[in-house]
Amino acid sequence: MGLLEVRNLRKDYASHTAVDDISFVIPEGSIFGLLGPNGAGKTTLLRMITGIFYPDKGDILFKGKPFNPENDVHSIGYMPEERGLYKKMKVGEQALYLAQLKGMTEKEAKEKIKYWFDKFDINAWYNKKVEELSKGMQQKVQFISTIIHEPSLLILDEPFSGLDPINSNLIKQEIFDLALNGTTIIFSTHRMEQVEEICDRIMLVNKGKKILDGEVKQIRHDFKQDLFRIGLARVPNFAEVMTYHFTIVSQEESGYIVKLTEGSTTNDILAHFIRQEIPITSFQEILPSINEVFIQQVQQIEEPIN
Amino acid sequence: MNKIWLIIKREFTFRVRKRSFLVVTLLVPLFFAAMIVVPVLIATSANEEQRIAVIDDSHLFLNKLPDEKGIYFKFLTETAIDTFSKHYEEYGYSGVLYIPAIDINRPLGITYYSGGQPGLGVESHLNRYLNNRIEEVRMEKANIDISQIKGFKSDISIDFRSGKEEKKGSSVIAYAVGYSSGFIIYIILMFFGMSVMRGVMEEKVNRVAEVMVSSVKPFQLMMGKIVGIAGVGLLQFCIWVVLISMLRLVIPSEIMNSAAQNNGSSNAAMIEAASHVRYVMDSINWGLIISCFIFYFLGGYLFYAALFAAVGSLVNEDPTDVQGLTFPITLPIIIGIMVMIAAVQHPNSQMAFWGSIIPFTSPMVMMARIPYGVPGTVPIWQLGLSMGLLIIGFLATTWMAGKIYRTGILMYGKKITWKEAIKWIR
Repeated sequence: MGLLEVRNLRKDYASHTAVDDISFVIPEGSIFGLLGPNGAGKTTLLRMITGIFYPDKGDILFKGKPFNPENDVHSIGYMPEERGLYKKMKVGEQALYLAQLKGMTEKEAKEKIKYWFDKFDINAWYNKKVEELSKGMQQKVQFISTIIHEPSLLILDEPFSGLDPINSNLIKQEIFDLALNGTTIIFSTHRMEQVEEICDRIMLVNKGKKILDGEVKQIRHDFKQDLFRIGLARVPNFAEVMTYHFTIVSQEESGYIVKLTEGSTTNDILAHFIRQEIPITSFQEILPSINEVFIQQVQQIEEPIN
Repeated sequence: MNKIWLIIKREFTFRVRKRSFLVVTLLVPLFFAAMIVVPVLIATSANEEQRIAVIDDSHLFLNKLPDEKGIYFKFLTETAIDTFSKHYEEYGYSGVLYIPAIDINRPLGITYYSGGQPGLGVESHLNRYLNNRIEEVRMEKANIDISQIKGFKSDISIDFRSGKEEKKGSSVIAYAVGYSSGFIIYIILMFFGMSVMRGVMEEKVNRVAEVMVSSVKPFQLMMGKIVGIAGVGLLQFCIWVVLISMLRLVIPSEIMNSAAQNNGSSNAAMIEAASHVRYVMDSINWGLIISCFIFYFLGGYLFYAALFAAVGSLVNEDPTDVQGLTFPITLPIIIGIMVMIAAVQHPNSQMAFWGSIIPFTSPMVMMARIPYGVPGTVPIWQLGLSMGLLIIGFLATTWMAGKIYRTGILMYGKKITWKEAIKWIR
């Protein structure tokens, strides 16, 4: 059983269907990547999971029970893509206010604020107004107020947009730490390269529809095209690469990228070069990046004939 | 419930702690005080002590011009006006009154010499005393008994009563009370309505709205703001009432007295008039007016605040949107104030009736009618209907505005029109 289970979710807007029959399960403690281009319906989906929007159809199960926004929002931390703080409010008061709105008592909240402000080294700013802070500082405050109530589900919509590299790394590290401590994290982005680095599982959406989901490793494996990079000590001549075990996709400085023929094995490739007495310096399988998988999938759906 | 309380508390304390709150709260009573004090001060400063030399060639006025506080007459004999009119200042006089040897039936050529304008007080004093004396002399010549004439004089004041009520009424006081309470409600609707709108806009533009609605329902966020600002308004109103009533205690003793003494009429008449005003003030049902005022202030505010919140949620970064979007809401308020101004003059007219029933205008128009008397001018059923409709009205506007607000506050980048927003209600 997952921490969050979504079944056949649907949300219609006046002009289009933003989320169309999406189902998925997020296991507890995993980092779940929600991927898709801008306008794919990610934010609408997240707004339904956070109780901001009601779905038109479908069910959301949170901790095995039907999602009840009234109480369950206390277990959810949401950092929306469009985020900000009250500019004229003092930093500390702001964090306290947001924490209390998540159901914490004043005393609990103050202790937690102290802990996080120390950790992020912003205690000196407690009584400053938000507008006096630098952008990076504001982002730290924003992040702290998202996680202060120790949510069991943390939802981050494009968390790194607008972050400088230092804060980016800081927050990335926090995300890993939280996940280690059992927090389930949904991480939404249109930047595919971040996902491979951070997420255990992903779901790809496009135009409101789910394209695929699963573990990152598994997906890359499922979409592999039996490509291998082989490094050779010398460049073979034309006759030396004549075989039915593989075809050459491209030549590189010291070797080839080859595609394995159906029915053959990687050992057949290696055996071939060994027989030709060409020393092999390296051999590696090439897995597709999530970005390539995504592009391939989207194109397949849009151009089914090809 | 706990959350909405947190929001109310934040909205309230945040605004009350702002410097602008203190400034506005203190400036308004000062402004009121200035409106009362400044004209009086101007009048008194023009009336510094006047010593007037009188050269009376007619010998009719000698010692017949009474001194009054601030104006003293000194009769000079054996002084020629020709030279003295140029040198009176050297002798310490502020002016010279020259009365030639006049024909009592055609008193011409009386002249007052002074540097610059003598001021209204002096002018009316001189005119009145001289006329009185000339009348006296004429009556003496015609052998009329002056004391008898004084006995004939009459100075009545008509006692206006409303037929349905026991109490004495005064339309002047009712007019003043009705006009000012209608006007204050107008200011409150505009000022605090705009305040709600700016608050919502700020939340949307700062992008804090979505962070907030992930913890609380949009409706709670909206109502928290509306109630919090209402609290600020009530607090401000209470402070004003206290401060202004304190001013009332301070002003009459000093300023009002001097204002009375500088006035042309005698003290006795002034006191009589004042007691009449006090009597009429007492005759007005202040308890009713104040409780109705608080009802219409809150009802009207709640009716419009939700609509202003909806507008705030529609505005995007472009501030020029604001004008176009607020217009449909400010328009009925402006119509309301116009109907109010008419209604306070004709509280029984058809327009006043409808204006005080329809919730869009009733907070202003009904407050203009109530001082004329309940149930005299405003029957109980009208007051009840008006209040009931206002309650239904604000429930309806809040419900509609909540729907618009919920969608609008999360809509970025696109210019939203009222036409689209109204579709969200369904």
